[in-house]
Amino acid sequence: MPKDELKAGFRLVGTRPNRPDGLDKVTGRARYGADIVAANMLHAAVVRSPYAHARIKKIDASRALALEGVKAVVTRADFPTGLTGEDWNLQENTIAGDTALYDGHAVAAVAATSALVAQDAARLIEVEYEVLPHVTDVDAAMAPDAPVIRAGNADHSVPEGMHPNVVRYIDFGHGDIEAGFAAADLVREGTYKTEATHQGYIEPHACLGQLGADGRGEMWVCTQGHWYIRRMCAAVLGIEAANLRVTPSEIGGGFGGKTTIFMEPLALALSRKAGGRPVKLVMSRAEVLRATGPTASASMDVKIGMKKDGTITAGQVNFRMQGGAFFGMSPIAEALPCAFACYDIPNLMHEGYEVLANRPKAAAYRAPGSPMAAFAVESLLDEMCRELSLDPLQVRLKNAAKEGTKSSYGPTYNRIGLVETLEATMAHPNLSAPLGPNQGRGVAAGFWFNHGGETSVSLQIGEDGTVGVSVGTPDIGGSRASIALMVAETLGIEYEAVRVNVVETGSLGVNEPTHGSRATFASGKAAVEAAESAIKQMCARAAAEWGIDPEAVEWVDGAARPAGENAGKFPPLTIGEIGAKMGGTGGPISGHHESVPGGVGASFGVHVVDVEVDPETGKSTVLRYLVVQDAGRAIHPAYVEGQYQGGAAQGIGWALNEEYIYGADGRLQNPMFLDYRIPVASDLPMIDTVIVEVPNPGHPYGVRGVGETGIAPPLAAVANAVAAASGARLRTLPLSPPKVLAAIKAGQ
Amino acid sequence: MRYHAVGSFDEAVRISASATGVTRFLAGGTDVLVQLRAGIVQPDDIIDIKHVPGVKDITRRADGGWDIGAAVSGVELGAHAALCRDWPGVVEGMRLVGSTQVQGRATLTGNLCNGSPAADSVPGLMAAGATVSVTGPEGARVMAVADIPKSPGKTNLKPGEVITRVHLPPRGANGGDSYLRFIPRTEMDIAVVGCAVNLRIDGDTITEATVALGAVAPTVMLVPAAGAALVGSTLDDAALDALVIAARAACRPISDKRGTAEFRIEVAGVLARRAASIAYARAKGETA
Repeated sequence: MPKDELKAGFRLVGTRPNRPDGLDKVTGRARYGADIVAANMLHAAVVRSPYAHARIKKIDASRALALEGVKAVVTRADFPTGLTGEDWNLQENTIAGDTALYDGHAVAAVAATSALVAQDAARLIEVEYEVLPHVTDVDAAMAPDAPVIRAGNADHSVPEGMHPNVVRYIDFGHGDIEAGFAAADLVREGTYKTEATHQGYIEPHACLGQLGADGRGEMWVCTQGHWYIRRMCAAVLGIEAANLRVTPSEIGGGFGGKTTIFMEPLALALSRKAGGRPVKLVMSRAEVLRATGPTASASMDVKIGMKKDGTITAGQVNFRMQGGAFFGMSPIAEALPCAFACYDIPNLMHEGYEVLANRPKAAAYRAPGSPMAAFAVESLLDEMCRELSLDPLQVRLKNAAKEGTKSSYGPTYNRIGLVETLEATMAHPNLSAPLGPNQGRGVAAGFWFNHGGETSVSLQIGEDGTVGVSVGTPDIGGSRASIALMVAETLGIEYEAVRVNVVETGSLGVNEPTHGSRATFASGKAAVEAAESAIKQMCARAAAEWGIDPEAVEWVDGAARPAGENAGKFPPLTIGEIGAKMGGTGGPISGHHESVPGGVGASFGVHVVDVEVDPETGKSTVLRYLVVQDAGRAIHPAYVEGQYQGGAAQGIGWALNEEYIYGADGRLQNPMFLDYRIPVASDLPMIDTVIVEVPNPGHPYGVRGVGETGIAPPLAAVANAVAAASGARLRTLPLSPPKVLAAIKAGQ
Repeated sequence: MRYHAVGSFDEAVRISASATGVTRFLAGGTDVLVQLRAGIVQPDDIIDIKHVPGVKDITRRADGGWDIGAAVSGVELGAHAALCRDWPGVVEGMRLVGSTQVQGRATLTGNLCNGSPAADSVPGLMAAGATVSVTGPEGARVMAVADIPKSPGKTNLKPGEVITRVHLPPRGANGGDSYLRFIPRTEMDIAVVGCAVNLRIDGDTITEATVALGAVAPTVMLVPAAGAALVGSTLDDAALDALVIAARAACRPISDKRGTAEFRIEVAGVLARRAASIAYARAKGETA
């Protein structure tokens, strides 16, 4: 069924029906992580290290345990030993062993009959530390004199002689890099730095965990992926995965940061120690910022060769990223392939280092690695376009990757839509909006792979012909609506007749989280397959009733019809009629689909931003913002636009003001939203969007995945606009007013 | 923790005078409750004064000045047309504090007593020459707002003392005031620099001028030299340049996560010039 070739003709796909979760969310009926309660529930609080790096010499909980209402205290001693690899990382991050590795690292946890008693008890737990030297900056952590965070963590890839904090090295490329630079008319290089930023989801982490002495338990949790929660908690606690049933709550944002565990095993360990009473654990915002997973900070060298006509002859990057005190957490392996993914460049060289630092264990954040890479590469491209007096969009079009291009990271692209996206950008009226004094325009392109991943979906035909769909990917961006639209389209029924439920771990096969922009692609593709399977069964029931061959039945507009030579011989049997009788015609009708879907389609985006810079204060104001991105196909365009706008908003925040600020003592200076400056609504104009649709041939409705690409271009686009507006070219983010003003003054 | 909802300031003072632990007065609560939740302060006694009769009143005195109760919120200030006409700079400073929701609770008195050098309403009050009525175990007194701040988070109020009302002087003819702050965003933020200017003109000539700066020293402060730079001028370029120099010369800022010392000094001059221009236009009856 090559629907991807169709440009139109869908009944529902591409429409904008009401959101299935909308009413619950606006009325407060939606149940988020912290809304979950249970009878006999205890409340937990966590004791956290005030030091960036310190040996834990002694933990004395006797005063806390003596407090009335305190039911349990756990430390690392309550967890199994002998874990290795990422399991050990997860356990070590959940609760420190011998050493606290960052400011905010959990050291102990307490459960009590009220949240206030738990907090009082946490203050009574006495921890004796021996403070150790620390390092938080990525370049400083590689220097010969840097304190060693944990020796023996480097894998085989790291060249000999490097500091033990360097734990991973990646290199790849193609062509002849030196010949490429020799062929260029202009070769330029620069060093670019980005600070760590946090996803800033509005809902802090929250869970309710219950675990008995028999190793059987339950968890209700705010997460992007409850099978991951199950597997990780089971590993950290030494229990069996199938004995832990995990139910996801409604989720107030994740952006990648809720694809792993941070404090969830603490609730379970406390419950087990408190005789199996349920334990609720809710993080404060300060805990979220200090002790969950921001993205990496990065230090990046870029070198590009270009001909006078804009042809890029060679590109070279050397990236250094820290993702906290744990191996494998930086997105270095994603940042490198994203660096030149937009372009067809004959000669490329990529090198990257992962470095440990005394910072929290990084987690995924929307297109992990791609925004930093795009900041470095798209900034330098902009500088070179200006130097050569070339139009930055024309240069991107001239070098754009297309179907058949060997990508910068190896594979050859299938059908992609960067050229169409650039053309749509050039045609947009924002490109001709007049600019006043101190105003400038910046453009940048960006890329994300998108992802398939383990997927299991079940679909049930109801007795009245309505349809339930069970998916395992929590809905963080509209997947329930888009899956319902695709299922209704496939079954030929109304959107309102389909209810999509995100179900617990006992209900489906293993599902990866909602990450990699995969939910609408992968769960959607599986749901369509499940619907097709149900259609086959319904056609078979009709065939049996009519006494004809099942192959002689077709499914049209929500009903089985006799086809071919039987056409018209029997009146159609609707899905409702088949459902009403199914108990007597063979039993329940369900469709299932399990797979790791292939056919993932990459998504490219181009952003254009107009900024005004106050030359006396260095403050940047975003005047106009345009996102143009290839969605493959927009199943529910309003959600797609929301994803584009959300990615841009987060990227603008990263560009202008968001940053992890560490003091000389290695403590986080801004663990609250007052000083961790996410854009507020009045900071941003309405973000204009254009949805380009170059259908992905690997999905029945052409979906690519739209969640992540939108955060890749803004960092560079904003920096390029600030340079155009003020003359100040900043290569270190954020572009905070003191930094911009200093750069303006330095340039005068 | 003991919570006291008092019916009079005398009762509030009686409780605070006999309290031995940490005491906090509660009006809007937008600082106290945040600090409580963050674990910054754990009061033994919280004395809620917002049920005291008169604390929500805004009253014009016979001399044309204003008395503002200790629990009048930012929204209530902003909704008072006559007060806004007289002292737009004082009101706009208060209206910058927090969110719409916070504005429904936050008070001038609380902003002053919190002792922050970055308090948005305090420069405007100082520039206006505002005073406050204070009552305490040793009786009542009137203090200049300029004498209240002592150091970051500290005031010159004595133990047990509470502010009962804020007094603004009569606006009089041909006056104008204004407040500007610098923040990296557009709202929901804390001043990196704040500047209030209050002035009076005779024709085109400035006859009185007071300048106060916030977030550039351990306390909000008056800058007499900056005011003096304007007096006798028509806000010409030379006067503005002198104002900028005087304002910057008075700054003793720290470098911190919100901005460098150099940045704060630079921007203090920028804001002083811009605020003076707005105050001047207001004094002339122009909309600005």
